[in-house]
Amino acid sequence: MAFKKAPEKSNVSKEELLKFYREMLLIRRFEEKAGQLYGMGLIGGFCHLYIGQEAVVVGLEACTKEGDKRVTSYRDHGHMLACGMEANGVMAELTGREGGYSRGKGGSMHMFSREKHFYGGHGIVGAQVPIGAGLAFADKYKGNDNVTFTYFGDGAANQGQVYETYNMAQLWALPVIFVIENNHYAMGTSQQRSTGSETLFGRGLAYGIPGEQVDGMDVLAVKEAGEKAVAHCRAGKGPYILEMMTYRYRGHSMSDPAKYRTREEVEKMKSEKDAIEHVRDLLLTAGLSSDEDLKAIDKEIKEVVNASAEFAKASPEPAPAELWTDIYA
Amino acid sequence: MAVEVLMPALSPTMEEGTLAKWMVKEGDVVKSGQIIAEIETDKATMEFEAADEGIVGRILVAEGTSGVKVNTAIMVLVEAGESADAVVAPVAAAPVAEVATPAVAAAPAALAAAVAVVSKASADWPEGTPMKTMTVREALREAMAEEMRANPAVMLMGEEVGEYQGAYKISQGLLAEFGAKRVVDTPITEMGFTGIAVGAAWGGLNPIVEFMTFNFALQAIDHILNSAAKTNYMSGGQLGCPIVFRGANGAAARVGAQHSQDFSAWYAAIPGLKVVVPYSAADAKGLLKQAIRDPNPVIFLENEIMYGQSFEVPDLPDFTIPFGKARIWREGSDVTIVSFSIGMKYALEAADLLAKEGISAEVIDLRTLRPIDYDTVLASVQKTNRCVTVEEGFPVGSIGDHLASTIMQRAFDYLDAPVVTCTGKDVPMPYAANLEKLALVTTADVVAAVKSVCYR
Repeated sequence: MAFKKAPEKSNVSKEELLKFYREMLLIRRFEEKAGQLYGMGLIGGFCHLYIGQEAVVVGLEACTKEGDKRVTSYRDHGHMLACGMEANGVMAELTGREGGYSRGKGGSMHMFSREKHFYGGHGIVGAQVPIGAGLAFADKYKGNDNVTFTYFGDGAANQGQVYETYNMAQLWALPVIFVIENNHYAMGTSQQRSTGSETLFGRGLAYGIPGEQVDGMDVLAVKEAGEKAVAHCRAGKGPYILEMMTYRYRGHSMSDPAKYRTREEVEKMKSEKDAIEHVRDLLLTAGLSSDEDLKAIDKEIKEVVNASAEFAKASPEPAPAELWTDIYA
Repeated sequence: MAVEVLMPALSPTMEEGTLAKWMVKEGDVVKSGQIIAEIETDKATMEFEAADEGIVGRILVAEGTSGVKVNTAIMVLVEAGESADAVVAPVAAAPVAEVATPAVAAAPAALAAAVAVVSKASADWPEGTPMKTMTVREALREAMAEEMRANPAVMLMGEEVGEYQGAYKISQGLLAEFGAKRVVDTPITEMGFTGIAVGAAWGGLNPIVEFMTFNFALQAIDHILNSAAKTNYMSGGQLGCPIVFRGANGAAARVGAQHSQDFSAWYAAIPGLKVVVPYSAADAKGLLKQAIRDPNPVIFLENEIMYGQSFEVPDLPDFTIPFGKARIWREGSDVTIVSFSIGMKYALEAADLLAKEGISAEVIDLRTLRPIDYDTVLASVQKTNRCVTVEEGFPVGSIGDHLASTIMQRAFDYLDAPVVTCTGKDVPMPYAANLEKLALVTTADVVAAVKSVCYR
């Protein structure tokens, strides 16, 4: 195993490590269950799993305060769980039921929670990027110190509107953190086959936006970088770019066999870089937790996830009259 | 040889302007390229350069004269020793200060007649309300200014809305009153700033997005449709998007296919949007104020040619017009003409001409296309038994097609003739003046359509 054997970041507590472990595990187990329900035909359409990328959103959520906002792409289940949305409501939306966050009318890619400041869940690649800057625009207009986390992938990074947004975000010093979740594959197209740029964060430099590349498989590194970015934004210095080097273990969506990469490549990431194993290793090696402690957490998470699946199966389909509601506010 | 210098056209739609200032006087020597006058259009004050050399023989239009028609002789340039009288008849040389036109002269002649016959049933303001004359441009500006004064969350963003005072001067003065925080000049980046505006609306603001013209909104249509229009539904009612997208729509004049397109029917097809298509200044004002207050995305389609047209507007401190209520401009018994936006100009002109031939046309302005006031149209068709629709957009999938289908399904037994739709032609807009005229819907088209449904 190639994990770091001791918590190098001295400021991380046992409680925080356990919190990271719990949150990342919840996402992974939830996604595994979603994959299972998809296979059973209970979830339809497109379903993009976050397995492998958990450290990114969990590490960044650790840097947020009440009032901060987040918006992401269609690979959004992890972001929702990490910002405190209920597993039941997310899973029931996946099954298209009344108990879902969008009452069954949004699906996997289109969920929102005003209460948790989660603004989607967007199915159009890159569209969430100006939207995130717009949320930040509203906060700046109101004069508060909230920050908006705007997540997008290496694929979306090639959309023109990302750069239109960079330009205005820097021009207007908007408090927005652009989080590029670089999992190296835009559906089936590797980064090497889609751009000549060596880094993606580096493109922001052309607009005057600072940024950095971060080990997105290391939740501690993610949090450290996130804190730096948040401080920059809250101080009114404008946007910041974090390019999170991460990896998705599953295909782009449930229907993607992922033939564009080798089994060895995937196995190497899983065995050497897995974010959850990393934290588990830190907890055990430092003697902060016992195997039994972690097993108890595993069991607890499994129960939450199983309960969400049961809820999502039992929740009724939306009433036919729902077809005609919510078209207008 | 003496030459006449003519009033220039300084924009695609300019028909007249104000001779704001002469920079030369009679007897001055003028070189080509020299600035000889400042001419004020409804959009801007422009410097006017001499194209020829010579001596100012006579100034024909006094400084400060408004309403000077394009191609009117404004000055005579002569050669040394030559008299201006050689080209200027004594009568024409008389002072021309009187060419200043009354404020409503720009409106079509039919308009004045139509205003007089507005039915009480369609009145949007109480009897006895004082009225003031105002252009559509001024009405739009007043609507925005009033709503910005009333609600600090209302802000305007777009290209050239601030320091330039608006490409079409709709936002003139707003920057001075409300400051750069609320009147935001954007880079030329429609997709980006439209997405930002949608996010800002979700974040608690009420943005007004000005598209310089709706042709450029094609760059942003993903955010209008996929982000703004659909999210309330996709979020189970959590995320309404209170935003107004406004700007010039439809053909201006001689600007070719990419800049001349009516998107009314396109946007009207989308559930989740509201679509407003005003004709008069009163409607422009009342409907824009309503749009800014609406918790949903509103497409507000203006028309460049209408910006300078004047109408009577109620002089009320707070005046709105509800969506989904058509206005009957003219009552009639023989045929129903349904239109909206600039199409109303042709509909009203046609009704005037038809009246002279003994055909009584009822003219309905839909004012909003989503929601659309079917009831007023159907009630009218049940009375007249005939219907003609008028719009500038393409014929396929037009608003007229939709109305014809609705009337057929809901009032078939009342029809004495098929519904006829008058639209723009099924071609990209040509540049050549004669071809452009042929491509647009005309008053003559409407007259012919009405006669055909009346079997005359």
